[in-house]
Amino acid sequence: MLGYDDTELLIEKINQWYGYDFSGYARASLRRRIEGFFLKNKFSSYSSMELSLAQDPACFTRFVEEITVNVTEMFRDPGFYRALREKILPVLATYPFIRIWHAGCSTGEEVYSMAILLSEASLLHKSILYATDVNQAVLEKARTGIFAGASMQQYSENYMLSGGQKDFSSYYTANYNSAKFAPWLGERIIFSSHNLVADSSFNEFQLILCRNVLIYFDKQLQVKVLQLFDKSLDSLGFLALGSKESIRFSGIADRYRQVDPKEKIWRKSR
Amino acid sequence: MAEVALTNARLIIIGGSSGSLEALLQMLPLLKTSFPLPVVLVLHRGTLADNSLTELLASRTTLQVKEADDKDLLEPGCIYIAPPDYHVLLEQDGSLSLDVSEKINFSRPSIDVSFISAAEVYGDGLIAVLLSGANADGALGMLMVAQKGGFVLVQDPATAAVAYMPEKAIQQSPVDRVLEPIAIAALLNKVRKRNR
Ligand SMILES: C[S@@+](CC[C@H](N)C(=O)[O-])C[C@H]1O[C@@H](n2cnc3c(N)ncnc32)[C@H](O)[C@@H]1O
Repeated sequence: MLGYDDTELLIEKINQWYGYDFSGYARASLRRRIEGFFLKNKFSSYSSMELSLAQDPACFTRFVEEITVNVTEMFRDPGFYRALREKILPVLATYPFIRIWHAGCSTGEEVYSMAILLSEASLLHKSILYATDVNQAVLEKARTGIFAGASMQQYSENYMLSGGQKDFSSYYTANYNSAKFAPWLGERIIFSSHNLVADSSFNEFQLILCRNVLIYFDKQLQVKVLQLFDKSLDSLGFLALGSKESIRFSGIADRYRQVDPKEKIWRKSR
Repeated sequence: MAEVALTNARLIIIGGSSGSLEALLQMLPLLKTSFPLPVVLVLHRGTLADNSLTELLASRTTLQVKEADDKDLLEPGCIYIAPPDYHVLLEQDGSLSLDVSEKINFSRPSIDVSFISAAEVYGDGLIAVLLSGANADGALGMLMVAQKGGFVLVQDPATAAVAYMPEKAIQQSPVDRVLEPIAIAALLNKVRKRNR
């Protein structure tokens, strides 16, 4: 693995060359991913990797794609989606218009799951879902609404465990080894690029989901991003994180109340 | 070999797969109450429901047992269990990070991922223990621990419900001790913490 000091130097240089600041990323994963990028591209040495990164913007694009972890699922943690269905959507239903932000949406499985929930609650028509990520390649994939066919059986199980009562396969058309989700599901979704490290708040939301993204940040960056969410939430808005993430130590915790004893969903109280 | 880690230890990490629960249920009650180090436990969970593993293990030891949360600061005398579907990585500041990246050896959590990460950070302050299992996960991790000067302990395959995993590690990595669970616990009780 690239040594600790060399990692810091590389982070600094990348920031100079491309204006991307990775200094707030948790080092254990970052170094592991840099090693993965190094091996995958078969560089002869770390210095030749650095040279390519310096000289070739396309190489840097691949670097960002490799450094970010994009693993995702539909209805990941069914209990979480059940809590959304049972506790959050009924509240959102009382609003004339619903704005939701999926920060770190990866290839779109999460936001499509949300679109299904909204449609089953007859709320999709009055909702708009902003789905953002720093990685352009995953956004492009997300826009297609096409997911791996091999995963459908598991997603269907997740969907049912989340309280879904329809035939899950009615939402997509199966093709060889892919599943294309119905275009109407994607109509209320806006995919766009947003970097949680550098970009600012762009709207006010009733619900923000940022699941399994903060784990890649150190505590300091986590606090900064949670403050960004705080700023971007309506006064009674909801914030949802991954099952092992939390708002403790963030300085915003005292203004939020956990809505469900098990699931990581908080409601802003003032 | 890596005996220095026994008096210089900063972290204990334990990996296991099928059959490892039996070994742990033998070992944990024997660990002394004033255990001076944090313990990270990476198990392939199979079908065990969310909280039941933590509860089961907590019922067998006086040490604190918790499922790891992201950025937990590792405390002495506390056992941190890798949560289902997350890899556990170790940070230099003594905390841990969780990671949902690709499965390794068909596993998430993967023992290799955590052992390699721990070896990077803790070097000769690491004691790694590999228990029963039917998977090759952990063998590469043990090699990395050994290469970084850590102490490598493997459950005696003859005492393991499934011998494959400890056997693989013994083939692929230098090991410091091959012991039955009770003897592993006895050795861990003698480990001394690094005083800086
Ligand atoms: C593990 S995925 C989480 C996907 C989904 N939310 C879930 O829980 O299944 C993490 C995502 O965070 C994105 N990400 C990483 N750094 C980011 C940043 N600075 N700004 C926005 N997104 C980021 C990655 O590109 C990746 O798609």
